[in-house]
Amino acid sequence: MGLLPEQEEERFLSTIGEPFSEGASLAHRLDPRGKVVVAALFAVLMAVAQTYAATLAGLAVALICLALARLPLKKVVVRLLLVNSFIFFLWVVLPLTYPGEAVWRFGPLAATREGLIYTGLITLKSNAIIIALIALVATVPVVTLGQALHNLRLPDKLCHLLLFTYRYLYVFEQEYHRLVQAIKIRGFQPRTNLHTYRTYAYLVAMLLVRSYDRADRVFQAMLCRGFHGVFYSLRTFSWQGRDGVFVVASMLVLMTLGYLEWRLPSLLVRI
Amino acid sequence: MSEPLIELQNITFAYPGAPCPVFQDFNFQLLPGKHIGLVGPNGCGKTTLLHLIMGLLRPQAGKIVIFGQEVSKEKDFVAVRQKVGLLFQNADDQLFCPTVLEDVAFGPLNQGKPPAEAIRIARETMERLGLHGFEERVTYKLSGGEKKLVSLATVLAMQPQLLLLDEPTSGLDEQTKHRLMHILQDLDIAYMIVSHERDFLNHTVKECCHVHATCCTSA
Repeated sequence: MGLLPEQEEERFLSTIGEPFSEGASLAHRLDPRGKVVVAALFAVLMAVAQTYAATLAGLAVALICLALARLPLKKVVVRLLLVNSFIFFLWVVLPLTYPGEAVWRFGPLAATREGLIYTGLITLKSNAIIIALIALVATVPVVTLGQALHNLRLPDKLCHLLLFTYRYLYVFEQEYHRLVQAIKIRGFQPRTNLHTYRTYAYLVAMLLVRSYDRADRVFQAMLCRGFHGVFYSLRTFSWQGRDGVFVVASMLVLMTLGYLEWRLPSLLVRI
Repeated sequence: MSEPLIELQNITFAYPGAPCPVFQDFNFQLLPGKHIGLVGPNGCGKTTLLHLIMGLLRPQAGKIVIFGQEVSKEKDFVAVRQKVGLLFQNADDQLFCPTVLEDVAFGPLNQGKPPAEAIRIARETMERLGLHGFEERVTYKLSGGEKKLVSLATVLAMQPQLLLLDEPTSGLDEQTKHRLMHILQDLDIAYMIVSHERDFLNHTVKECCHVHATCCTSA
């Protein structure tokens, strides 16, 4: 999709954004279909990996992809911190509850060696996957992503669910802001009391009811334009030489990671 | 006299749970080539009337005849929707495709046109409405006026024989209103406009009808 100057003009101040989707790096110019397939395979491989060798190598590969995508570093760090704030809770819980040999003791609590190793592995895996997704998938605008998935013959329903969700997310955000303004201009201030909880409950309920109504009206509008259950996509993708090179190179990297995961440990054991 | 495009005979319609029906033994006719404005207070049934014609709502009693054919089942209305275009009050309800071009081509594609022709029709329609260069714009990032004009393009791209417009001017600035006025004046098909703006109606339609529960009277 060409970057028209008009697109940069935001019609209302939306907090929903795609900070990584715009750019001219190699990662942005590759065919989205190739990137999506590679990212999916990489994520699966990382999710099943059990060795530090494979996960560390995977993390390195992901970081290289990230460097090639030349994304705004600050925003990437913020997003990674967000993900790692969830992983922080694993560090609080897992080492203390995982059975194994105790390395540290705090009174009745004991952190186990196996627990620490396991949590470290999870941390590396999650970060590798997230970084790869930022570099490969977040560099595709959501709209193009939906069309690419459709082109990859994913079920129609899933693709359109993605596109519709994205399309109407903005509308609901606007609707939410309107509701918030409506309660603000009448002097509402959130406090810890029943009135506040009730107001928030009304807000959420109203948003649900309105989205249901809107879904109804959208469907009616589609019927009026002759919709009969089939979507046609006008989007065409052009697969170029560099996309072939990217996919082949990625497959080799993935095979190397697989080798590190499954072959190397058995060789080491034999030695 | 030529055959009416739309004929509603003794229609009774009530929303579920409503204390009294919107229409009771309601009769209405639209003749070919007519441009009619529908007026009346909020809740008098203007939008309901349009939705009944499109088959989005079904009357509890009465007969609807469109283009000389009685319509009552979903299958009949599917055919009606190929020939009658409805512009919704809220453009956000109408535009759902990611890009403008896809949204305008959605109707022609549903009519069974091959993609290349659908794109050609979409481009031509957009050209006609002064929307040249909007093809790759993202629908949710358009302004209110642009959304309205694009919605109109999505309806006109289906080459309807009759156009129903539900409050087309709501939320539009004077300039966009004028643009819309000129577009409508150039149309050579029959249309009905629901609007509260007398000035807009004076420029676009020859007669206005007041919608009542039993009939439409000229206003």
